[in-house]
Amino acid sequence: MTRTFLGMPATAPPGVGHLRGDEPFPAAARRALSDAQLRRNLGHATATIRARSGAVIDEVPDWPQLRAAARAVKTDTMARLPELLEQLETAVTRAGGTVHWAADAVEANRIVTDLVRAAGADRVMKVKSMATQEIGLNEALAAAGIEPVETDLAELIVQLGDDRPSHILVPAIHRNRAEIREIFLRAMPGVDPTISDEPAALAAAARRHLRETFLSTRVAVSGANFAVAETGALAVVESEGNGRMCLTLPETLITVMGIEKVVPTWRDLEIFLQLLPRASTGERMNPYTSMWTGVTPGDGPQAFHLVLLDNGRSAVLADPVGRQALHCIRCSACLNVCPVYERTGGHAYGSVYPGPIGAVLSPQLTGVDDNASLPYASTLCGACYDACPVMIDIPSILVHLRGQAPHPRAEATAMAAAAYTMDHPALYAAAQRAAKLSRLAGPRGRGLPPPLSGWTASRDLPEPPAETFRQWWADR
Amino acid sequence: MRVALFVTCLADTMVPQAAVATVRLLERLGHEVVFPEDQTCCGQMHVNTGYPDDALRLVRRHVRVFAPYDVVVAPSGSCVGSVRHQHAMVARRAGDERLAVRAEDVASRTYELSEFLVDVLGVTDVGAYYPHRVTYHPTCHSLRMLRVGDRPLRLLRAVRGLDLVELPEAEQCCGFGGTFAVKNADTSTAMLADKMRNVLTTRADVCTAGDASCLMHIGGGLSRLRAGVRTVHLAEILASTEAEPAGGAVATMPGVPCRPDAPNPGGTR
Repeated sequence: MTRTFLGMPATAPPGVGHLRGDEPFPAAARRALSDAQLRRNLGHATATIRARSGAVIDEVPDWPQLRAAARAVKTDTMARLPELLEQLETAVTRAGGTVHWAADAVEANRIVTDLVRAAGADRVMKVKSMATQEIGLNEALAAAGIEPVETDLAELIVQLGDDRPSHILVPAIHRNRAEIREIFLRAMPGVDPTISDEPAALAAAARRHLRETFLSTRVAVSGANFAVAETGALAVVESEGNGRMCLTLPETLITVMGIEKVVPTWRDLEIFLQLLPRASTGERMNPYTSMWTGVTPGDGPQAFHLVLLDNGRSAVLADPVGRQALHCIRCSACLNVCPVYERTGGHAYGSVYPGPIGAVLSPQLTGVDDNASLPYASTLCGACYDACPVMIDIPSILVHLRGQAPHPRAEATAMAAAAYTMDHPALYAAAQRAAKLSRLAGPRGRGLPPPLSGWTASRDLPEPPAETFRQWWADR
Repeated sequence: MRVALFVTCLADTMVPQAAVATVRLLERLGHEVVFPEDQTCCGQMHVNTGYPDDALRLVRRHVRVFAPYDVVVAPSGSCVGSVRHQHAMVARRAGDERLAVRAEDVASRTYELSEFLVDVLGVTDVGAYYPHRVTYHPTCHSLRMLRVGDRPLRLLRAVRGLDLVELPEAEQCCGFGGTFAVKNADTSTAMLADKMRNVLTTRADVCTAGDASCLMHIGGGLSRLRAGVRTVHLAEILASTEAEPAGGAVATMPGVPCRPDAPNPGGTR
């Protein structure tokens, strides 16, 4: 660590990376909701993934036990994270790799940029990686005159479209194939102008475009799904084989990994490699699972660098309720079952981490004040908790973070007054009698003031009853 | 059995017919219902909106009021969920371990209505009569916080005259979420529109659930559409008999005729 530790761990710095949106969730959601194409694309895609995932999960008789085991491993890992990270550092170093510690996004970007420059490269190929999206690595590299090329098909679509990813697993979920064809025609060099919007044709065009990159680029940047402390092995799981190309072809491999991705032992992988594909893509096993340990002379990358990224994670770890958000294995199951995500899409969350896990992870990484609307971007329906393969109790964390969020003064006053009234039954009964909501609300509640008018814009308030229950009870 | 009614503030104030029905039903089944009049609100709204300190006094009140009773029953999955999953948490957060233990004790004796009927009383046929086409919305907190499972459906299937029709995408949230409906009104409305479309495809004339709050939300939307579908609390259906048929609907405008051919609400978003 290059920083002097001065008390509480720091949150992710503003001005770099993609953890903060430009506007609060309700405003961003309103715009997304008005995009009918987006609603259709998302509804179709999430329903398809939900059905496929549900079917393959039903095949596994010990799914509950697997989830419980995963949670146990993660809880243990978080309880002794510093020790495991040091063990990982020792093992990676022993295997010929170099470990770098990055306190935040700024530091991580500088480390990677310096490594690429030292390798004499002006272009890097990238495996899809949430961590590098989080820190805005592509922007940092571009600013240093280095061209980053995304090799995951969906991530490439996002990059060529000058767009932002909107889903953890399917970054271009908000696009349909007609829109993707348009992006390719506009931004992919040498694409056949008569290309159809058939998925196979689009994939073939991307493959032709990427092949040149794979064979001519000397440095690759990856994320990591897992790192094994006892052996120093890193693992990336992906579906297209592009990751394997990036992990084996270049001379220099730089992996940027959030510190929470470490698992204690090789054996622990058996749990996560069963859970992840079924929960995320609805596949029985992952198409490409690549693992590497340091360097092997004459085979694969000859230089390997592991950048261990904090960027607010230590701050999350310091919160006994919130820290389980660090258990996340980025499967995106919670996004695919979330009714809020399904209707508003990923961009509304303003962070690279959208959906329910984003609503708890982003405010913790940045500090709740910087993402104060996100903990409220949920009805607390609990579908995310049921779907999470590592059993993160997202609704409880949301409620916990709401308790830390800054509150509008008027709301806080009203809540305190309501609590006081409800703690005095005579006052409460008097308020019930006096309030006669019909008079306050007008016909069908249409006369309510903001923010309550948001309710009555589309719903009628019920007819206020002639008497409350307690009046009925007293009179019977 | 002597049963303490936890009426919930919403039912008490806005939907008393659900609470009245709960009383009538339990008395018809031969139980004594008592109403501890010092009760007000479980504090869920405060907890879920981010005011656990304000909620603490309500948790303290709730625990004090209900501690003397062996069995507490509420016609609300959501409020029972709060008692079971939030009260001890609020107490511990405030460092009051003694209150937390008492809260857990009260929670262990607190039941949502369908749980109480099926698990404690062991009945699924409560002798009800309700000659209507009904669809059931399994509210999120009943479904996932309490895991009431098919208990409400088993109760409904035993109601004479009732034609139970399955609700498509039943397990999707209706978009209420307490203050979510105010803080994220547009998203809430979009979720409600899909829920209403699914309700209308069933051609049911009644949509029921175990939570007055979600029914108020769905019923408020259906009323605005003049869809002609009523929302009725599960307790009202179970309390209904041939001699004493169920009364009014929850959250619908009076006098709106039933229109099974109501237009698809998707177009009105």
